[in-house]
Amino acid sequence: MQNDVIIAGFGGQGVMLIGKMLAYAGMNQGKEVSWLPSYGPEMRGGTSNCTVVISDKPVASPVIQSPRALLAMNLPSLDKFEPRVKPGGLILINSSLIKRDAVRTDVRVLKVPANDVANELDNPKGANMVALGAYVGATRAVDVAEMEALIRKTFAAKPKLIDRNIEAFHRGYAIGEAGVK
Amino acid sequence: MAKKLMKGAEAIGEAAIRAGCRLFFGYPITPQNEIPEYLSHRLPQVGGTFVQAESEVAASNMLYGAAGTGERVFTSSSSPGISLMQEAISYMAGSQLPVVIVNIMRAGPGLGGILPAQGDYLQSTKGGGHGDYRLLVLAPNSVQEAADLVIEAFDLADYYRNPVLVVGDGLIGQMMEPVEFKDDYAPVRPLPPKTWASTGHTGGEKPRSIINSLFLDPEVLEKHNQALQAKYAEMEKNEIRYEGYGLDGDYDVLIVAYGTVARVCQTAMEELEADGVRVAMIRPISLYPYPSQAVREAAEKASGVLVVELSAGQMIEDVRLALEGRRPIHFHGRTGGMLATPEEIVDKVRRIVEGRGGKS
Repeated sequence: MQNDVIIAGFGGQGVMLIGKMLAYAGMNQGKEVSWLPSYGPEMRGGTSNCTVVISDKPVASPVIQSPRALLAMNLPSLDKFEPRVKPGGLILINSSLIKRDAVRTDVRVLKVPANDVANELDNPKGANMVALGAYVGATRAVDVAEMEALIRKTFAAKPKLIDRNIEAFHRGYAIGEAGVK
Repeated sequence: MAKKLMKGAEAIGEAAIRAGCRLFFGYPITPQNEIPEYLSHRLPQVGGTFVQAESEVAASNMLYGAAGTGERVFTSSSSPGISLMQEAISYMAGSQLPVVIVNIMRAGPGLGGILPAQGDYLQSTKGGGHGDYRLLVLAPNSVQEAADLVIEAFDLADYYRNPVLVVGDGLIGQMMEPVEFKDDYAPVRPLPPKTWASTGHTGGEKPRSIINSLFLDPEVLEKHNQALQAKYAEMEKNEIRYEGYGLDGDYDVLIVAYGTVARVCQTAMEELEADGVRVAMIRPISLYPYPSQAVREAAEKASGVLVVELSAGQMIEDVRLALEGRRPIHFHGRTGGMLATPEEIVDKVRRIVEGRGGKS
């Protein structure tokens, strides 16, 4: 059993962070994981992305050409990676910022208004947590309890953010869970 | 120690510390900057010294000087920086100094780019500097293996009194994977005392230790070369490392790949096997000494061999030497920082099986 995902957005959306959190959570529950960042030259406002693999056995290729899932936080990311998603895979679209539909018809598409939900919760920087929740809710790639523990750990230095980010994660989780039923 | 998620570059830095290295000399270059960054704060914590030199030329000569005292010393760089160090590397090989060098390879030639490549294979294994010398060259395929091999590299350097080079592509430096460091660390083999180290004449009690690669008398220099060659022969006997994948079964195509590329090939193999294509792989871990015999024996069970590299074809030369024409050799390579994908490798293997693989 393997879950892999390309998480992409523009710099500052926290895509690298939620990728690392997924990898940590996977590792903490005994899975094999890898986190591969894009580190090539990018212009300001361009896309940054990472590839996360969570597997029951040692991760073979950490480079995933055709991911089982794409989490697109902005339009350039959807444009770039949509064609690469594995047929039957999953595309999560941050519909707060991406105003087009997916072109692909051979994948499951889940719209997640990550920024709108985060704003609603008065936690505008928590859009990435909503998106992370939606991915976990839709794929069950890692355990919720593990992710909650990790959010506590990640934001230990900023205690005010812990409950708000857990809340954002759960709102996303509910969207992810409902979306694949 | 529990498993920790670490960037390859940081794991390499921590490994050097675990191996007892307390001296680092280097100069920054992407994609390995996290190694010096990590050591710049970790070394002072353990009583060590981190020096950012004014250039790679300076760093590598500082390495020479510090190694002469018998201390465990380390530098890391990426391709263009390693090129600048070649003069000192030849001198260190000639002076029989134990040093560990990590090259996180990026795409070349020249300044090239910052993305992963394996274009320094020939430089690493065939002598990037002048003269008849060899480095022990190790190539990890994961963050854990990178950490393990760096620790081992310090022992091997001390054991052979020879520079050891650990090469990874940019992925090894940049990706994060779980790493576990053992709490207790024992040398991989008994290490001789460093009687050769230049640690002080102590008023004439101890003979002067001269660290030198200059031998103007040709008879003396030839003897020195013969001693070096005897050492390399011992490395060839003792230090061959590789991992086989499916070599015990029957297969039509043998893949030869090293480093992270071998993991991409593993994913391709899973897909091919699911489709009934019989494929196996051998992954050299020691690039020098090269596992020639193992590659030859594995290749003899196949009808064709596929070499996959992030280069225009460098290790393939060692595969050709190993096979001596016994089997057709095919090649798939990407350059410029482009990565080989499982899909490309699946396609290439299928074409080989169908007799459309093209010769190398």
